[in-house]
Order: sequence, then C-alpha cells, then structure tokens
Amino acid sequence: MALLEISHLKKSFDKNEVLKDVSFSVNKGEVVVILGPSGCGKSTLLRCINGLETVQDGKIILDGEVISNRTKDMHLIRQKVGMVFQSYDLFPHMNVLDNILLGPMKAQHRDKQEVVREAEEWLARVGLPDKKLSYPRQLSGGQKQRVAIVRALCMNPEVMLFDEVTAALDPEMVREVLDVMMNLANDGMTMLIVTHQMDFARAIADRIIFMDEGSIVEETEPGQFFSNPKSERGKKFLENFTFRVYRK
Amino acid sequence: MDFEFIKQVIPLYIEAAGLTLRIALVGILFSFAVGLFCALIRYYKVPLLSPITGFYIELSRNTPLLIQLFFLYFALPNLGIKLSSFQCCIIGLTFLGGSYMEETFRSALETVSKVQIESGQCIGLSGLQVMRYVVLPQAVSVSIPGFCANVMFLIKETSVFSIVAVADLMYVAKDLIGLYYKTDEALWLLAISYFILLLPVSAISGYAERRLRYAQFGSN
Repeated sequence: MALLEISHLKKSFDKNEVLKDVSFSVNKGEVVVILGPSGCGKSTLLRCINGLETVQDGKIILDGEVISNRTKDMHLIRQKVGMVFQSYDLFPHMNVLDNILLGPMKAQHRDKQEVVREAEEWLARVGLPDKKLSYPRQLSGGQKQRVAIVRALCMNPEVMLFDEVTAALDPEMVREVLDVMMNLANDGMTMLIVTHQMDFARAIADRIIFMDEGSIVEETEPGQFFSNPKSERGKKFLENFTFRVYRK
Repeated sequence: MDFEFIKQVIPLYIEAAGLTLRIALVGILFSFAVGLFCALIRYYKVPLLSPITGFYIELSRNTPLLIQLFFLYFALPNLGIKLSSFQCCIIGLTFLGGSYMEETFRSALETVSKVQIESGQCIGLSGLQVMRYVVLPQAVSVSIPGFCANVMFLIKETSVFSIVAVADLMYVAKDLIGLYYKTDEALWLLAISYFILLLPVSAISGYAERRLRYAQFGSN
C-alpha cells in the first residue's frame, strides 16, 4: 500500500479552482518531483498535504489514515509530515539548536539529550557542525535552508515536502542544499519535491508529476519525461529551459 | 528663589511622588493586563468580543482622561456607584491605558509574519504553542518601544488626578501656590519631581529595547 495517497483532491479559493481532481500516490522511500509552470497548483498541493489549506473535496491518506480537513488534531498529523518552504523561515529569536529542538521537545515531548544528539548528527551531516549556537541572521541563505531541513528532519517525519526550497538562493548556495536533499533521497526518505531545477529533478526523482492549471498532465519516469514527454504541454514546458538557436 | 521654603516642602513632594507612583504602577499593571487581553481578542478576531473591544478602544482613545475621571467621580455616584478618589484614578488610568496598550500589543502581534506561524505549525506545534513560542517572543520584542512610551505617557497623565482630590504631585504644587504664593518654587519642584520619576523609566526602556531586539540577536 502507498504511504501517501491523494485521491480526487479539489481545492479552490473562492471561485478560482486551483486543484481540479488531483490523484496520485507516493510509496515509502520514493522521491516524487512535481513540475509545472507557476500558478499550476504545485505549492497549494503541498500545503494541502500538510494541512495548511483545507480542501473542498477528495481525500489525503497518510499511512492508512485520512489526514485532510482534520481540525482538532492537525498539529499531531503535521508531526508526521515535514515541510520546508522557499523562504527558509527559521525563528529569528532562537539560535539554530533551539530552532531545531522546539518541535521535538514541545510538540513531541521527547528527551532533550536524545534530540540534541540527533540534531548535532544532522547538523554535521549537512555540513554545519559548528553553527548550533548561531542565530539565523548570522547564516547565509543556503545555511539557513539546510538548518530548516534539519529542523523538519528532527521530527522524524514519514514524508518530507519541499516547496521550491532553492528558489530564493544564490546559484552557488543552491548546490549545497540540493546535495543535502540528494543524500536524504539516497537514505530512503520519502520525498515530495516542488522545484524549478530541471537537472536536479531529473537526478533525484523516481517519478515526475507534471501539472498544469490544477491538473496532473502526465506522470512518468524522469528519463522518459525529460527526453520525450508524452504530452504536448510537457514538451512546451521543457522548451522553456533550453535554447534551440544560438547566436554564435 | 526661597531655598528655605523648598527645604521645608520637599518631604511633601516626596510623599506625593510616592502616591503618584503607586497609582501609576497599579494603573499600568492593570492597563498591561487589559491591553494584552484585548489585543489577543482582536488578534484572533474572537466573534462578539472583538467588536465590543473595538468599541471600548475607540471610546477610550477618543475621550480625554480628565473627562473620564469627571464621569467616574461626579456622574457615577448619581447612578448609585460610589468610588473613592483612589479607585477612580486606578479605573480611569486603566480605562485609558488599556486601549493604548492594546494598540501597541496588537500591532506588534501582527508584525509576526504568516510564514513564521506556518513554520511553527509545520513542526507540529498547536495553536497555543505557536503563540507562546513563536509569535509572543517576537511580538514582545517589537512592542517594547511602544510599551515604554505608553508607560511614560500614563505616568504623565497622572497629573490630572488632582481634580478628583487625590494628593498627588500636581495637587501638592497647586496647594502650595494657593497657600503661600510661592509659584516659582512650587512649579520648579513639580517639574523636577516628574523628571526624576520618569528619567529611570526612560533609561530602563532604552536598555530593554537594546537587549531584547531579536533582529539583532547574534550580532555581539
């Protein structure tokens, strides 16, 4: 059975239909990349999965449990779904370690020493072993984003959602964040990624979901999608990332 | 300037300053509580309570303390509610200060961005925990300059209390002028008394502002 199952999901803001009957599933350990033009509903989809948006119709099932439109215990569900945003929102009034510890200690009531050890291990793995007492303002964008990933990971989520996590970064910092995600994928983490980095999508994905105007246009292996997309819309989308004609 | 006279009346001023400070402190404490409570109601847009709070704030901000005190002291007894001058002052100051504090706290709460709140939710915090660990600490930091300005404003506002026969600084000064015609001495002492009362407050507020500015955390 799939770890995460989305069936016939519909979401609209007032009269604007953002998601029109979206269905797909993600297996344990699978890395699924969602591509598509801006405004196609990718981010909204992730936000729905994390309960930041309510849905009008359809179901989201995580590990056999319906998690869409829960009101009372949504914060308990969110502990199983890690999410990292584009705008790396660390809490500015806390140092790196406190940022990471907040969730595990206050939401999950775990043992402090155990979480600290885990946090230190993760920080070392993402290349920031000496930053645990730094404040967010002392870090670069790429460093902040890596801390944000560690913060989500220390909740031991069953699935990680990444919403354009490199979109606000300098090109050189993009790589350090993508490498972290790549390592995670190799460790067998279940991941759902929204990105505009095509090379990265191709390298990390087990499966590509291509969306447009609130619907899934095609769902394919990365090799197939990038060399020969099934849909015309997919072909047109990919043409945006290459140039057929060179001036020299 | 009659320094002999000044020496004699200084104890009166000290006593009055004590009373002024006592009323101000109690009033500010209540203002803080009322302000925070109202700010949370308005921040969460609690149905029914939120518009009522909004009405209170407009009423309080758009009427002078002097009129509020007159109302409490002279009009309420006609309705069968008799308050001592001390109670009138505390209630008046709280009525006024509550709305100023509310505006400061609410605007500070609203400076904490939606993404911060969502980040808190994403790590599994409940609504209350997000408020306590993410929003409030940042809002407190932002609200300190406004809060301190309110404290100083409220201490200064106590100078109208003399009209309901509370023997505060202003009352003592007016009394001395009336009794001895020592206008200069009385007024100088009055101004200096307020200055001495307020100087530490403004020093503490400057210090707190520097220490608690979260945007500067990690810059030492």
